Amino acid sequence: MSIKKRERTNWLFKKIFKATGFITIALLAGIFIMLLYNSIAFFTDVKPLDFFTGSQWDPESAKSKYGIAPLLVSTGLVTLGAMLIAIPLGIFTAAYLSELAHPKVKAILKPLIEMLAAIPSVAIGFLGIVLVGPGIAKIFGIANGLNAFNGSVLLAVMALPTIITISEDAINAVPLSHREASLALGANKWQTIFKVTLPAASPGLIAAVMLGLGRALGETMTVLMATGNAAVMPKGFLDAVRTITATIAIEMGEVPYQTTHYFALFAIAVILFLFTLLINLLGEYFANRLRKFHA
Amino acid sequence: MIKKIKYFFNWIFLLGSTLLVCLILGVILWDIFSKGMNSVSWNFISQFPTGGMTKGGILPAIVGTLLLTFITTLFAVPFGVACAIYLNEYARPSVLTNIIRASIRNLAGIPSIIYGLFGLALFVQALHLGTSVLSAGLTLGLLSLPYIITTTEEALKRIPNSMREATLALGATQFETIKDVVLPKALPGILTGVILTMSRAAGETAPILFTGVAFYINGITASPNQEFMALPYHLYMLSTQHQAIEQVRPLAYGTAAVLIFLVFILNIIAFYIRFKHRTQD
Repeated sequence: MSIKKRERTNWLFKKIFKATGFITIALLAGIFIMLLYNSIAFFTDVKPLDFFTGSQWDPESAKSKYGIAPLLVSTGLVTLGAMLIAIPLGIFTAAYLSELAHPKVKAILKPLIEMLAAIPSVAIGFLGIVLVGPGIAKIFGIANGLNAFNGSVLLAVMALPTIITISEDAINAVPLSHREASLALGANKWQTIFKVTLPAASPGLIAAVMLGLGRALGETMTVLMATGNAAVMPKGFLDAVRTITATIAIEMGEVPYQTTHYFALFAIAVILFLFTLLINLLGEYFANRLRKFHA
Repeated sequence: MIKKIKYFFNWIFLLGSTLLVCLILGVILWDIFSKGMNSVSWNFISQFPTGGMTKGGILPAIVGTLLLTFITTLFAVPFGVACAIYLNEYARPSVLTNIIRASIRNLAGIPSIIYGLFGLALFVQALHLGTSVLSAGLTLGLLSLPYIITTTEEALKRIPNSMREATLALGATQFETIKDVVLPKALPGILTGVILTMSRAAGETAPILFTGVAFYINGITASPNQEFMALPYHLYMLSTQHQAIEQVRPLAYGTAAVLIFLVFILNIIAFYIRFKHRTQD
């Protein structure tokens, strides 16, 4: 091949590779514009005030009601419960793996956690129906275990691998000199872990929690299968709930194309999108702080 | 003394959390495999469902999931690898590069159901591909892009710069350096990422709900513009929507066992490639 031809190929591929870089920007923008475009059609039919303050989600009735509040409260309740379980469990496990576990034990445990991450969400949801749900019903003496608490337990399981892996990276990133200094000052192992290592890793731990939170918030199949799907305002963890994701999954399959109800599902998707975007950006902010702190 | 008790409890907390996480995994696997294995047989994976899904096998769902994963990979890998090459080999730190990286991180965080909506609006409706295994595969391909890009870039980063410099010094162009030196060397790492992405795509349900999955099709999916059955969706329908839920529960367990088995096989292959590659270095 002549030099000219080789250089032309070189130039051409540089342009091709660069073009694919733009695809990612186009995709993110495309998703946002698509959601926004369809929700604008919704907001020409329904007043935004009714959407945000209405306390009923009932698109099928004669006086169709599109209040997002019950869905938001449901989503918030399930996610909050999941985080209450997953954050302590995840961070303690990460601390054990990083600070206490023998390298051989760690070599076994880390693939196990990857296995947990690999289990499809639909299989976790299935266990919510056949295992966790009946268990909850028995413990609390209620007829049906398909409720917010069930969803929280399952989402916690799904968020755990993310929280553990990223927390462990954050704890590992704390320089050894911090620990040595603490030990040299006479602090023992526990004081060093809880008063020095974990606080020093805290921006990374927050980033880990944010990513786990994002995963729990956007999860569809487990909550769709395990939380009972009642689109009413829940009063507590033992009530059936219906999250934003589950609502989209249930109703999108049934609504006629380009009706108010169809556009309404895009409108709640925008809210979900904005929430996850915010959480991701917060997570990134804290991850950057950790990087700067150790640089 | 009190301090000693306190430290003992610290230890219990940390160890206990870890054991609890292992226990959760153990319970999940034990429940699904101990009950699922009763239904899994050669007939179960090689026959069509019969009797209104109450008998027979799950062959079309297995074929559907494999086909879907294949289309997803075919679409996501070239774009994902090319984008990773751009970011790692060409791009200099700039505002544009930062925007691309931020987009990738945010794409990875978007809920899968939103990809489903996007696939519905773009592939099914705007591009008139209809509800088909092609639409669903492309939707999953978009979902997989950020993972492929991230894992490929990790693999490219591990190639020492001295190799690139040596090749360039011998007179190769940058593209030749990438094609003949960097990519072959990074191949095991890229492959690991691709296989893990496949395993993730095989288990996804939400993005295919509106883009082409069906509870029942006649025969098996043979062309990309047909609807398809998929293992995760089959499990969802059997466990929540079937009219004889208790009766089909063994079949649901069997489907769950096959799905998890498939996903684990892919993960083990990826783990093996990574392990072998690491020990070679």
